[in-house]
Amino acid sequence: MSLDKATVAKIAHLARIKVPDEELESLAGELSQILTFVEQLNEVDTQDVPPMTSVAAQKLRRRKDEVTDGGYAAQVLSNGPETAEGFYVVPKVVE
Amino acid sequence: MTALTHLTMAEALDGLAKKEFTAVELTEAHVRAVEAVRPFNIFITETPDAALSMAKASDERRAKGEAGPMDGLPIAVKDLFCTKGVATTAGSRILDGFKPEYESTVTSQLWRDGAVMLGKVNLDEFAMGSATITAHQGETVSPWSPGAPGAWERKIVAGGSSGGSAAVIAARAALGATGTDTGGSIRQPAGYTGTVGIKPTYGRCSRWGIVAYASSLDQAGPMTRTVEDAAIMLRSMCGFDPKDSTSVDMPVPDFRAALTGDIRGLRVGIPKEYRAEGLSAEIAALWDQGIAWLKEAGAEPVEISLPHTKYALAAYYIIAPAEASSNLARYDGVRYGLRVEGGNLKEMYENTRGAGFGKEVQRRILIGTYVLSAGYYDAYYNKARQVRTRIKQDFDEAFKSCDVILTPTAPSTPFAIGEKMDDPVQMYLIDVFTVPVNLAGLPAMSIPAGLGADGLPLGLQLIGRPFDEETLLRVGQVVEKAADFTAVPPFVA
Repeated sequence: MSLDKATVAKIAHLARIKVPDEELESLAGELSQILTFVEQLNEVDTQDVPPMTSVAAQKLRRRKDEVTDGGYAAQVLSNGPETAEGFYVVPKVVE
Repeated sequence: MTALTHLTMAEALDGLAKKEFTAVELTEAHVRAVEAVRPFNIFITETPDAALSMAKASDERRAKGEAGPMDGLPIAVKDLFCTKGVATTAGSRILDGFKPEYESTVTSQLWRDGAVMLGKVNLDEFAMGSATITAHQGETVSPWSPGAPGAWERKIVAGGSSGGSAAVIAARAALGATGTDTGGSIRQPAGYTGTVGIKPTYGRCSRWGIVAYASSLDQAGPMTRTVEDAAIMLRSMCGFDPKDSTSVDMPVPDFRAALTGDIRGLRVGIPKEYRAEGLSAEIAALWDQGIAWLKEAGAEPVEISLPHTKYALAAYYIIAPAEASSNLARYDGVRYGLRVEGGNLKEMYENTRGAGFGKEVQRRILIGTYVLSAGYYDAYYNKARQVRTRIKQDFDEAFKSCDVILTPTAPSTPFAIGEKMDDPVQMYLIDVFTVPVNLAGLPAMSIPAGLGADGLPLGLQLIGRPFDEETLLRVGQVVEKAADFTAVPPFVA
């Protein structure tokens, strides 16, 4: 599988990573190399093999739907690059 | 008396109990050692003040007869574990300035049991790598590098991603360190530095408060200089945690009690597929030596087959990036870490993530995004998960005829910084013997077994049944005794 520049630009956009135009070409090469490497999986017969969902032989536990933690907004916000009045601040999204 | 920094954990506990030295003295010696290893770029954050106050508290507990199972032992923490009030970076610029308001479960249990924190050590960015060369804070140099610090003949890698943890123990600047292992990140650096590392069964150690890479594969574990020390530290790190939905509710055994030295009658599986082409004569000979040691101790080697071994890396390099692309979506410049402004919210996200993530992390996020995207999900991600089931079935089948599996840890001795860096796939191949274990969720450990012709360490890997760390440790100690690995790096603190 070989990826072209346009596809890499599209994936980068989906992943919200800014990739400078001049780096798209080399990145396309590296990603194609990895995809070529993983293509050997097609040699494995996986007819009727279930995709693994959990490696541990246990079901996910259930718990009561109740509040067990919280009530410290200041601590939650303490690492925010920009905060105000108990909120995170982001660039304006609605005009 | 042996220098305090050269003691094992077991010896240090003994000396503390007999009042031969105090936790403060032991910690002061290590704080000086931490300063001495600065040229190796092992620590991202040193915490000498915290270490000394923890040591003082430890001495007070011991005086009152309340010493815990690791009381007074100075250790280092991989900078992937969140530590309250102490910067936690994951080796990434994107976590610039982040100081967690909480403590990871594993580290809180270590402090509960009396361990002393010397600081946070280097890793590959977000634990994605095999050499500890991709962190924003720069590469870690192995104390095994020939030459004097600063004027090295060759700068050798410490392995990765827990390379700082491995290097700090090998350099005698900590008695132990925490590591994490997603595809070999504890075992491979342990092998590269002549130290012991255990990746426990998936679910044994809580993942809560550890910066996530690939959640279905990540597992924390101890890194130490001896198997006995690994048993001591593992006991403190394990245990059920309701805050991790995949934590397994099982009693934690006294792992040290499992070290009986008696492996008579035990069946040791030797997977024929690991003799794949390209295995160097040196590694093959070490492996044969390991088999001979276990046979002498009364174990019975049996040939086993793990037919899907050759596909493990390919499956891993779909599953791990897929999970990473999802886990790392949270770094968006809003709640913590770096923010790079943009004209609007989307540009801010893109600028922040473009500037904050290093090249290898970006590559893995992009691969993960691609294999999960519409139209490719079945062809890549589901196919990889099906192959993962096959790999797990291989091990289930193999463990019908053996009790533990012996393999080399890595296909070669450590390489120099700068080698293997142009081609990502070449770097991935280093983990060929360790990755299948993570895909199957099994416990495994690396034990130092000898030196290569280049004078650098080589490790042997043991793989156990799920939750049978005890057999693993018992056999590991037999290998350790037979190998009698006493070599020390050219530099020790």
